[in-house]
Amino acid sequence: MSESRFSVGIDLGTTHSVVSYVPLNETDGEQASLRVLDIPQLTSPGVIGEKKQLPSFMYQAHEAELVPGDLVLPWDGQPEAIVGELARQLGSKTPIRLIASAKSWLSHAGVDRRSALLPVQSPEEVRRVSPLHASTAYLRHLRDAWNQQFPEAPLAEQDLVITVPASFDPAARELTVEAAQAIGLRQAALLEEPQSALYSWIQSSAGGWREQVKPGEVILVVDVGGGTTDLSLIAVTEEGGNLTLNRVAIGDHILLGGDNMDLALAYGLRAKLQAEGKRLEPWQVQALTHACRDAKEALLTDGDLQEVPIVVPSRGSSLIGGVLRTSLTRDEVNTALVEGFFPWVELTERPVTQARTGLTTLGLPYAQDARITAHLAAFLTRQVGATGDLAGFGPHTGQQFLHPSAVLLNGGVFKSGLLANRLLEVLNHWLAADQAAPARLLRGADLDLAVSRGAAYFGYVRKGRGVRIRGGTAAAYYVGVESSMPAVPGFAPPLEALCIAPFGIEEGTQADLPPYEFGVVVGEPVHFRFFSSTVRRDDVVGTRLDWWPADEVEELAEIEVVLSSEQHRPGDIVPVHLLAYVTEVGTLQLEAVAKEGGQRWKVEFDVRSDNERTGVAA
Amino acid sequence: MPFDLNVMPTTFDLVHAGLAALALLLLLSTIALALVSVLAFRRRPQAIPLESSLSVLKPAVVTTPEPVRVEPPRPVVVREATPDAALQLLGLFQQEARFIDFLKENISGHGDADIGAAVRIVHEGCRKVLQQHLDLEPVRTEPENSRITLPKGFDASAVRVSGHIVGEPPFTGTLIHGGWRVTRIHLPQLAEGHDARVLAPAEVEL
Repeated sequence: MSESRFSVGIDLGTTHSVVSYVPLNETDGEQASLRVLDIPQLTSPGVIGEKKQLPSFMYQAHEAELVPGDLVLPWDGQPEAIVGELARQLGSKTPIRLIASAKSWLSHAGVDRRSALLPVQSPEEVRRVSPLHASTAYLRHLRDAWNQQFPEAPLAEQDLVITVPASFDPAARELTVEAAQAIGLRQAALLEEPQSALYSWIQSSAGGWREQVKPGEVILVVDVGGGTTDLSLIAVTEEGGNLTLNRVAIGDHILLGGDNMDLALAYGLRAKLQAEGKRLEPWQVQALTHACRDAKEALLTDGDLQEVPIVVPSRGSSLIGGVLRTSLTRDEVNTALVEGFFPWVELTERPVTQARTGLTTLGLPYAQDARITAHLAAFLTRQVGATGDLAGFGPHTGQQFLHPSAVLLNGGVFKSGLLANRLLEVLNHWLAADQAAPARLLRGADLDLAVSRGAAYFGYVRKGRGVRIRGGTAAAYYVGVESSMPAVPGFAPPLEALCIAPFGIEEGTQADLPPYEFGVVVGEPVHFRFFSSTVRRDDVVGTRLDWWPADEVEELAEIEVVLSSEQHRPGDIVPVHLLAYVTEVGTLQLEAVAKEGGQRWKVEFDVRSDNERTGVAA
Repeated sequence: MPFDLNVMPTTFDLVHAGLAALALLLLLSTIALALVSVLAFRRRPQAIPLESSLSVLKPAVVTTPEPVRVEPPRPVVVREATPDAALQLLGLFQQEARFIDFLKENISGHGDADIGAAVRIVHEGCRKVLQQHLDLEPVRTEPENSRITLPKGFDASAVRVSGHIVGEPPFTGTLIHGGWRVTRIHLPQLAEGHDARVLAPAEVEL
């Protein structure tokens, strides 16, 4: 492979994707000249425009729907899939053929993410693809757009970083890497989005960040994207006179974002119009949502604006007669967004959850509580001990929650000073009640592009230049084992969780070999229940839990291993250890290592089949 | 000199040699003229930049016109506008701003409030199209109604003078309108065979 010329960052988002890049030869220290790639894409049938963002949508068109010659791209006369702006547009009128939020499906442990299931709930004849396939299609478009612009520096030969939510489970991370590898991007490394936002802040401060944070501080990163809210805590320590950054905690996967806010406003306006006796058709609600997005941004950024008129034209060619007219006022935005998403809550408040009807549901597990402040309260309280092991941080006796001293916000919704201020006010209210100093806002982040920019900068950091955020895995991982006790008819034996990967394994290192052995049948898929915990920092490999508080350990999708070997006969039971390590690109890998002979088999995440067989203790 | 039209010349004298040379010259110049006009005619359709195939990947760029040079008049002086780019821009205005719908509608029967509501859609959409596809700048950046001086040799295609035009430049006068100039146009590329005449397809909901 030739020397790479660029460090490229891809923000593969839930609603749109962005590619940032930095020429490596123009980079000097923490000052890098970052650029954003123009992505050619179909903007309407037969028309190719350039945009900075590729909407993360895929459309499965009917064969009679479009003229074949209208589906072309500068690099491909017959693209395999319709992605981007045209997919979004066509899909807004024909939702049964639209694949959206593939990224959220990729992290949905309740479904088989390799199976063709999208779009869900559409008629039989619509061709379905897997969340993995859709993500691959978006990456392929981005790769081709890059290669067209830089034919002499193909993307497969550049330093490449793809961002994922901090709360992505190991399976979702591996699938993201798999999507990249499927189209020849073998070198792609992963970076957590809140970390990426912080990298972008470091880079844009051009070295000044060292004056803005001090050792002993904790930075809270709140990243509200189009579809997800992602929380991370990063502690500042000092080592040999240099500041170092440590990502000490991540939040839950919260499917709640800017799109929910637009919907909330549109539903508010619909109620207002219905009160006036007007009935709205579904397409009008959709147009209303669209109009609300622009109006929201205008109202939130311009403090003097009191009201923005909203008009939804009729669909026929008569424009003047059928216009639906209303307006969005500042008060309505305040009530719907500030009070709806960032209300004043006490620290003891928790997000409301309703019991779900089993793990396997054919729908995304959207957050049921829209109060981001309540999610934040739960996160900070749960992570009260996050900095306990770090030098320079005192014990947390008497502290109700982990005290952040600085806040970095990311995501377009925080262009609004109102939302940013409210979040900070609520946090400072909690801090004051806990006798702590108020937190401050870190300035200078590019709210829309920070994630992809930070990723491009991280490619440069990976070369050992510039400060690197340390952290490793932000969770400990466990497999379920049945405890050995006399069988009781009608009762499943109690489950114990065996730690196989402790908290904080760094990239490129492996965990210890656990003392515990499993007997695995050769030639048959063997399943294990799989768990993670983002708070249990002290469990080491081999720790067995026979009980845990409900909110400390979360069950993930099952893992599977198939022992296929020439050295063993099918049906043999081979004793193995489960070994965990973290690859250089940032994915967790599990391997079954034979007790004798040292043979290794890969343990697969996210598999689902009916002939299940749970691992038995040897 | 006596004229006898019945006598044929017996030798190829100087007079006839001169006549033959003149005839040849005239023939050559006629051929040359015909060639020039045929070439000029054939070049017209080729000048449409956006109809060209997808191999043209760079967006079309309009450069600021150069100052007018005084040249002898040529056979072809009037350019014909190319339809595709115009249709494309109209299509964008219709798609984003319902521009054709608005212009084709009879507004006389509607109240100002209704028209105003519709204008918001047209205005917002047209503005978006302009922002996305054209880089516009004023020709003169001085505030309107201020006094400005035009130097000798000013670009008469970019600045139009009117009123009391006498004497030699520099001219001093009041800037009435700052003008607009396109510095860059980046229209989307079209697929080969794409019918730009369909500004908006008919919509049928199944």
